[in-house]
Amino acid sequence: MLRYLMMTATAATMLTTAASAESLRYATSRDVYGLDPHASSDSFTNIFTHHIYEPLVRYDADMKIEPALATSWEVLEPTRVRFKLREGVTFQGGEAFGADDVQVSLMRAVDPKSPLRGNLPGLTAVEIVDDLTVDLILDGATPLLNNYLTNIQIMDKGWLEAHNSVAPIDASQGEEGYTTNNANGTGPFALESRRPDALNVLVVNEGWWDTPQHNLTRIEHTPIGSDATRVAALLSGEIDLIEPAPLQDAGRIEGTDGVHMLQNPGLRSIMMGINMGESLVDGNVEGNPLKDVRVRQAMYHAINMDLIRDRIMRGKSRVTGSLIAPAVKGFSEEMDERLPYDPEMAKSLLAEAGYPDGFAFNLNCPNDRYVNDGDICQAMAAMLAQSGFEPRLVTEPRQIHFKKVDNHEVDVFMLGWATLPMLDGFSVLSAMLATKDGEYGTFTPNGYSNPKVDELTRAVAVEIDEEKRLALMEEALMLAKADVAWLPLHQQPLSWAARDTVEIPQAPDDLVRLWYATVTN
Amino acid sequence: MTTSTLSRLYDSDIAWNFRHSWMARISTVTLLLLFAAALFAPLLATQNPYDISQLFLLDSELPPSWVEGGDPRYLLGTDQQARDLYSSILYGLRLSLIVGFASVVLAAGLGISLGLIGGFVGGMVDGAIMRVADILLSFPAILVALLVNGVARGILPPDQHADAAIWVMILAIGLTNWVQYARTVRGSTMVERRKEYVQAARINGVSGMGIMMHHILPNVLGPVLVIATINLGMAVLTEATLSFLGVGMPATQPSLGTLIRIGNEYLFSGVWWVVIFPSVVLVILVLAVNLLGDWLRDALNPKLR
Repeated sequence: MLRYLMMTATAATMLTTAASAESLRYATSRDVYGLDPHASSDSFTNIFTHHIYEPLVRYDADMKIEPALATSWEVLEPTRVRFKLREGVTFQGGEAFGADDVQVSLMRAVDPKSPLRGNLPGLTAVEIVDDLTVDLILDGATPLLNNYLTNIQIMDKGWLEAHNSVAPIDASQGEEGYTTNNANGTGPFALESRRPDALNVLVVNEGWWDTPQHNLTRIEHTPIGSDATRVAALLSGEIDLIEPAPLQDAGRIEGTDGVHMLQNPGLRSIMMGINMGESLVDGNVEGNPLKDVRVRQAMYHAINMDLIRDRIMRGKSRVTGSLIAPAVKGFSEEMDERLPYDPEMAKSLLAEAGYPDGFAFNLNCPNDRYVNDGDICQAMAAMLAQSGFEPRLVTEPRQIHFKKVDNHEVDVFMLGWATLPMLDGFSVLSAMLATKDGEYGTFTPNGYSNPKVDELTRAVAVEIDEEKRLALMEEALMLAKADVAWLPLHQQPLSWAARDTVEIPQAPDDLVRLWYATVTN
Repeated sequence: MTTSTLSRLYDSDIAWNFRHSWMARISTVTLLLLFAAALFAPLLATQNPYDISQLFLLDSELPPSWVEGGDPRYLLGTDQQARDLYSSILYGLRLSLIVGFASVVLAAGLGISLGLIGGFVGGMVDGAIMRVADILLSFPAILVALLVNGVARGILPPDQHADAAIWVMILAIGLTNWVQYARTVRGSTMVERRKEYVQAARINGVSGMGIMMHHILPNVLGPVLVIATINLGMAVLTEATLSFLGVGMPATQPSLGTLIRIGNEYLFSGVWWVVIFPSVVLVILVLAVNLLGDWLRDALNPKLR
């Protein structure tokens, strides 16, 4: 205990002295769910651990897949893919990287208890061919295998065994282990210290196998929950990079010397899920009116997304009728068309469905997950109320919100989907539209089931011909659109802000990759 | 009330003192105005800020009506959800005062009972009550309120937080503030219980409970009145602090503290009115209560005359 205290004391003194040119002070709205790369499917946590651990293949700055810990790969059979591993790589603790590490890590990630299992579907076994060659055994053709693998980071087998951590943990269930606050990877940075919810310090890994494109020696990551405080920290020079930067403060940041906004269209589509089960969670009528497609259409017509874009999103969101962003495979212009905003139409559809006086239901939203999520929902609730619905607005922290979504304890709820790490519409089909069955339909709304969509989804999963695959995918997505299975809202903008001394590419997936960042003086 | 009691009241020391203190009169008038505004909020407001069907996003973030770009329908402007700020402040004031009064009643009830029992019974009971009070006094009040608040939220299922928020606040603030009452009442009780009238009541066979309620209590209430007044200001401030920290009233039912928190998030974007107006009202309210409490303390203290 005393040693721990002394260590934190030393860390604190270093904090004040080590603010040299190449250290980057980075603030986000929240902390990671721990440093175990397999303990959460949260994309912010995964990209943060990606600074320490690495996958077999990775995205480059232009979102193209490139070799990382694997140097080449070859499909021997549709169900057997051979990976050649990089030679001479060592972990930060000094252990050599090899085939057994890959085997242990991949199997740890797809363990039935692992929260990441859905991010690498179809993997049944990893066979070691020699020290630097592995075969991945799949239960069917997997065209997106490499996309999946970008998100599965490799840990050292000996280190996991020494700390009794081979079994996976699930951070969303509150599980913690040695790997939660300690890390040993092959990546560009190594963990120096971690104080949960206060400070994570990374230092450069001098022994990294790759040539660094960054010039950082040290990263200090501080979670700052309040938007205003985060912006104030940037403006006062306490912090070099913030993510996210609140949209409403963009004008102020642009108008201040020495700092600038980084804004681009994002990949994350925000949408409302709809409970189509037998009854409402919190309703005042018999049965479930939301099962009627006319009621869902009425809801669609009642929401004025252009106004939400102009007022709440400061003109920065991309209003959409599609569940995927234009940059994601499977998108089409036709898919992007929205039902027009028309409150009269909404009222008449509602009357036609037999609810001229509306009905009550819960409208559940997170208030700390997506850009201005709580405000969007408040505005949406007002619009729905003006068209004859009786929404009961519930805005909650994300832990509570997503637990309720998982348990189907919501009627109409907000969800964002960026199709990460696949960047492919199949992610939406398999996770959000297919009927719940095994690894399919993890987020499919309660009660939604369209056999034709299921059939197409399974066809897309094994179709190797890219053109045919896209056509099948588009057909399935259009069917779901006609069903109003989800109510699309917009693609949220990427919004970061940085000091002018910081140079960093902003990838459309909204993930901060500091190994591409440079700091000048 | 008969004319004679009225005239007796008029001639009393305290009324004379009141007539000759401009501070007391100004703060009383201010408070009465604020209480009336809170009481008649539904009549005075131009919009019911809790009714979402009355919020039109097109009117969001309008400045006060006298500023360029303002709208005469929204006197003090609107927030990012197009809530009329003037109406929100009236309703928020109402919530703040309800929480303030209710927690003062809770704290006073608890404090007076425990103080009376401690002072009258003495011994182990007294020791136990006073040690608990000492422990509570050794923490800053806001920490205790945060603790009670956190525990209550931990016990309640999350989906009832919004509905129960007001009760949780009252409980948290009430449980924090009873100590001063208890200590004051205990002290006075220990003095009073040795006096002849109490001895006389005892000889007459009046029960302990009866003596406490009918003989001692009326004689220890003076200082309690002063504490209660000053405590009202403290309670309103504590409520605002908790709401500002995000653990008080939810954004859909804003109290003054919640309004200030919401406004604070928009300060950098130049939307100053959302934070300024609720803050001004809060300052006026607490200042008026405290000035009145100060005056009351001086007026009831014979040594200062």
